[in-house]
Amino acid sequence: MNVNRVAESLLALSQQEELVDLPKNCPLSENEDEGDSDRERKHQKLLEAISSLDGKNRRKLAERSEASLKVSEFNVSSEGSGEKLVLADLLEPVKTTSSLATVKKQLNRVKSKKVVELPLNKEKIEQIHREVAFGKTSQVLSKWDPIVLKNQQAEQLAFPLGKEQPAIAPIEHALSGWKARTPLEQEIFNLLHKNKQPVTDPLLTPMEKASLRAMSLEEAKMHRAELQRARALQSYYEAKARREKKIKSKKYHKVVKKGKARKASKELEQLQKVNPTVALEELEKFENARMMERMSLKHQNSGKWAKSKAIMAKYDLEARQAMQEQLAKNKELTQKLQVASEIEEEEGGTEEVEELLVPHVVNEVQMNVDGPNPWMLRSCTSDTREAATQEDPEQLPEPATHEVSESEGERPVAEEEISLRDFEERRSLRKRSELNQDAEPAGIQETKDSSSQEVLSELRALSQKLKENHQSRKQKASSEGTVPQVQREEPAPEEEVPLLLQRPERVQTLEELEELGKEDCFQNKELPRPVLEGQQSERTPNNRPDAPKEKKEKEQLIDVQNFLTTQSPSVRSLAVPTTIEELEDEEERDQRQMIKEAFAGDDVIRNFLKEKREAVEASTPKDVDLTLPGWGEWGGVGLKPSTKKRRQFLKAPEGPPRKDKNLPNVIISEKRNIHAAAHQVQVLPYPFTHHRQFERTIQTPVGSTWNTQRAFQKLTTPKVITKPGHIIKPIKAEDVGYRSSSRSDLSVIQWNPKQITTRHSKELKKNSVG
Amino acid sequence: RRWAELVPESSWSPAVGASKMKVKMLSRNPDNYVRETKLDLQRVPRNYDPTLHPFEVPREYVRALNATKLERVFAKPFLASLDGHRDGVNCLAKHPKNLATILSGACDGEVRIWNLTQRNCIRTIQAHEGFVRGICTRFCGTSFFTVGDDKTVKQWKMDGPGYGEEEEPLHTILGKTVYTGIDHHWKEAVFATCGQQVDIWDEQRTNPICSMTWGFDSISSVKFNPVETFLLGSCASDRNIVLYDMRQATPLKKVILDMRTNTICWNPMEAFIFTAANEDYNLYTFDMRALDTPVMVHMDHVSAVLDVDYSPTGKEFVSASFDKSIRIFPVDKSRSREVYHTKRMQHVICVKWTSDSKYIMCGSDEMNIRLWKANASEKLGVLTSREKAAKDYNQKLKEKFQHYPHIKRIARHRHLPKSIYSQIQEQRIMKEARRRKEVNRIKHSKPGSVPIVSEKKKHIVAVVK
Repeated sequence: MNVNRVAESLLALSQQEELVDLPKNCPLSENEDEGDSDRERKHQKLLEAISSLDGKNRRKLAERSEASLKVSEFNVSSEGSGEKLVLADLLEPVKTTSSLATVKKQLNRVKSKKVVELPLNKEKIEQIHREVAFGKTSQVLSKWDPIVLKNQQAEQLAFPLGKEQPAIAPIEHALSGWKARTPLEQEIFNLLHKNKQPVTDPLLTPMEKASLRAMSLEEAKMHRAELQRARALQSYYEAKARREKKIKSKKYHKVVKKGKARKASKELEQLQKVNPTVALEELEKFENARMMERMSLKHQNSGKWAKSKAIMAKYDLEARQAMQEQLAKNKELTQKLQVASEIEEEEGGTEEVEELLVPHVVNEVQMNVDGPNPWMLRSCTSDTREAATQEDPEQLPEPATHEVSESEGERPVAEEEISLRDFEERRSLRKRSELNQDAEPAGIQETKDSSSQEVLSELRALSQKLKENHQSRKQKASSEGTVPQVQREEPAPEEEVPLLLQRPERVQTLEELEELGKEDCFQNKELPRPVLEGQQSERTPNNRPDAPKEKKEKEQLIDVQNFLTTQSPSVRSLAVPTTIEELEDEEERDQRQMIKEAFAGDDVIRNFLKEKREAVEASTPKDVDLTLPGWGEWGGVGLKPSTKKRRQFLKAPEGPPRKDKNLPNVIISEKRNIHAAAHQVQVLPYPFTHHRQFERTIQTPVGSTWNTQRAFQKLTTPKVITKPGHIIKPIKAEDVGYRSSSRSDLSVIQWNPKQITTRHSKELKKNSVG
Repeated sequence: RRWAELVPESSWSPAVGASKMKVKMLSRNPDNYVRETKLDLQRVPRNYDPTLHPFEVPREYVRALNATKLERVFAKPFLASLDGHRDGVNCLAKHPKNLATILSGACDGEVRIWNLTQRNCIRTIQAHEGFVRGICTRFCGTSFFTVGDDKTVKQWKMDGPGYGEEEEPLHTILGKTVYTGIDHHWKEAVFATCGQQVDIWDEQRTNPICSMTWGFDSISSVKFNPVETFLLGSCASDRNIVLYDMRQATPLKKVILDMRTNTICWNPMEAFIFTAANEDYNLYTFDMRALDTPVMVHMDHVSAVLDVDYSPTGKEFVSASFDKSIRIFPVDKSRSREVYHTKRMQHVICVKWTSDSKYIMCGSDEMNIRLWKANASEKLGVLTSREKAAKDYNQKLKEKFQHYPHIKRIARHRHLPKSIYSQIQEQRIMKEARRRKEVNRIKHSKPGSVPIVSEKKKHIVAVVK
């Protein structure tokens, strides 16, 4: 029994404790002392319960709790009385006795003084600190509000905001801190010092000044002019040289070289007369050049080019000629100069003079004669000879006539005669020149002789060739006469080509193709084409597979609307009786009748068709006169653009086909243009509140086509302007007209934040109360 | 009208001639086209009669369309890549006085100074053991500070060492803990470091003049306010952003977000605005006086945002992300206006907007610093007045017609690498699912029992006073 009771009490206790636990989680309320007493009591009970657990059932000491009647002299206890002791209670007995006035006063003073509150915990203090500081800071920051707002709404912001002072330090400042450290720098510095180069003031050195003083102005000017002239001349010369260097013509270079050589030889001559020693030296140079030539493989016909030419030489006269020219050149270059006697020299001199007398053209002609086709080459050479000019007109038309009249045999003969005459003339000329050149060195003469021989042989060959040509032509002419089939065969393919081209137009089916193929086999090719076409056109209706197709097409061609209009009455007339037949109900019939009577006046279908026609008409784009007067012609008062121009600009664009084109009893509205819709804004964009606003902004043009220059500039100013290469610094209070705080951010830090001043504590209190 | 001036003179009659003959000829009044002096402007007769210039809207629309297309055609923002670092670039700093100079710190403790015009490295310093965590320049541009993993703060001269001098710091401060970030005061010889607490140092002393803490967590970055220079902002790894007042030597307020903020940046034109780059792919622009609701949530990145920097005009900012791209956001828009990426650019760790607001630099994992144009299609160099006028006009047209679908589509089109593109798709789906769920929850519960939280407020956990 006893145990049972104990257990019960424990249970109750635990429940109680649970109950007690709950408020613990909550923040502690004001009645803390009550809770404390409660807890004490419970603790006592718990102790009792635990002590009773061990079964021995100790005798409990009864504890007395009564109001303490006895008042100790050391302390005032309110236990048992159930009420707090108030200062006024103490004062009551004092009231009567006046002798205790001083005590009374003291007590009153005590009463008037407030009790010092408990200090707040550290976290709380810090929080209050923070809150106060935050309040202050946000107050400081809110002074920026108008500026920020202004900047956000500004039409234009130009950065950097404040005016920048270009920080250009004078050179002395830069120099004062600078010292030459590296060996290179020191060396340069020493040099500058040696020349007394002024460092700070970039003026002239004493040396320069002295030199300036030494020369007068006129002298200097002359000197300068001279220098300028020299420079100009040099530049001209350079330009000329460059120009000449660029010339690609071999002939030109050859001429130049020759000229140079001649000049050199002349100079040499003169030198020999004036200063033989120098001339000898010059000669030595020539000798050296000769030796070099001898040593080198140049002009020896051993190069790649020469080898290739050697192969060709068998068949190509030109190649042979070129090779020989090379060899001649080699000889010329390796020939020893004769300095033996003056007479010989003189002879040489006359030779040269004579050579000079002969015009260059002669030489060129010689070369041309040697060539295989003098006709062709002739045009290249600039002939000044009369004979040539006389014969030219005869020669030139010759090739044309040659083609035209192939059968004529006399003409070619004449032509040959002409060419031969030409040759002979040239030869005579050459002979003359050879006569002039009699005194030439033996070597050259030999080569020339050989070349002339060659030329002769070539001539012979040529004449033979010509004869052969003539013969062959004759043969050809005869063959043309005897074999006409060849000629017929040639134009045949030409005739076939257009036929082939025309076929695909006709051919429509596979069967046709086959038939055509058969026809090709049987038909004569020489049949005139129109007949063929006629046949085909005749044939087409016979072709069976074609017939239904055409019918189909015809059906499609029938206008849907016409069909509707024509058919509609019949349809109606058909429809009405069938329904009547099907239903046969009297009432129904009555109703029908009634409806019919009711709608007797309006023909619905016709109305609909009319409506549709109107809709179609409305939707078709109208012609718009887009002619601008004055464009491309005169404009002004009373002048009208020409009809031609009006026709050109009077256009109605062809729109896409209507969607209800093939739907006779439907009207699909085409007012909404999907092509345009793709370019339209669907939703009203953000800052606008009404679509009209938006439309208005879009409709006011910005460009200079519609606005004056100034308005255009104003309309297109960018919102933010930055200067390239300028540093944009953060906004400053001074920039926007505020006075920046004079005290440094640092100065405050030194102040100890742990101390709380009176001002601060007041704020704290305010915060803690609020 | 021009042709109106050409009046045919019809009444010319020879005095002698018996028969009158009409001769039509043109005459012009020279007053209309001859200048009085050479300095006068040439007269260009123009007629602004609107009937003569029809179709203004369609014509301008076509011009706007062409301008938009050209803008896209000329959008070539990448300018240069500065290579030379032998490890990822961890921090960047601008020279306050010189536009062409930038400084960069790498993950191997190397600091390099670059010349942007020559696009080369002009100086290399082995500044720290381990990472260079932070770098900042002094406001005068004569020296710069670095902090590293070796628990030191070092001050360096901006100019290279003279002939025969050793490359060594001006001052070295040995600390007790690792410093993770540094920033210099905008006007005074004071700098702030962060690590376990925010320390404010006088340049002349080896001990901090003031250290401020609130809670115990490592602070990843600290930034001085460029306008109200006594204000500081920091962000710690326990997801909060703390604001400090240097004058009163106290923290001011703390805001706790959903995820960690990597760094913050103050708006240089608006003293109380700052933007925080968050791990949750978003950036938050706060008014520091009202931290409970961000002014704007900027979202477009698909991975953690690692760095943010304001344009000096304060109108835009650039953000660098772990998703290997950088994006440019207008301050008042929640979506980015531009995204820059290259095939070779890896996780972008740091980004800076140059002081002339024309270029953007970003340092990334793969050891390169890249230079971009801030305006992708901008023509560099000096523009003639006509070019400038055309540019302004085109800009205006693009602005005017920006809502038109064709123009919008072209203007918005950007190429993205496949990874980012697919991630964006994925996140769009996720977001839509979340939204749907929320809507359903609201729909199926008692009205008012499920509060509707706006996107702005959603990410703010608490504001601590």
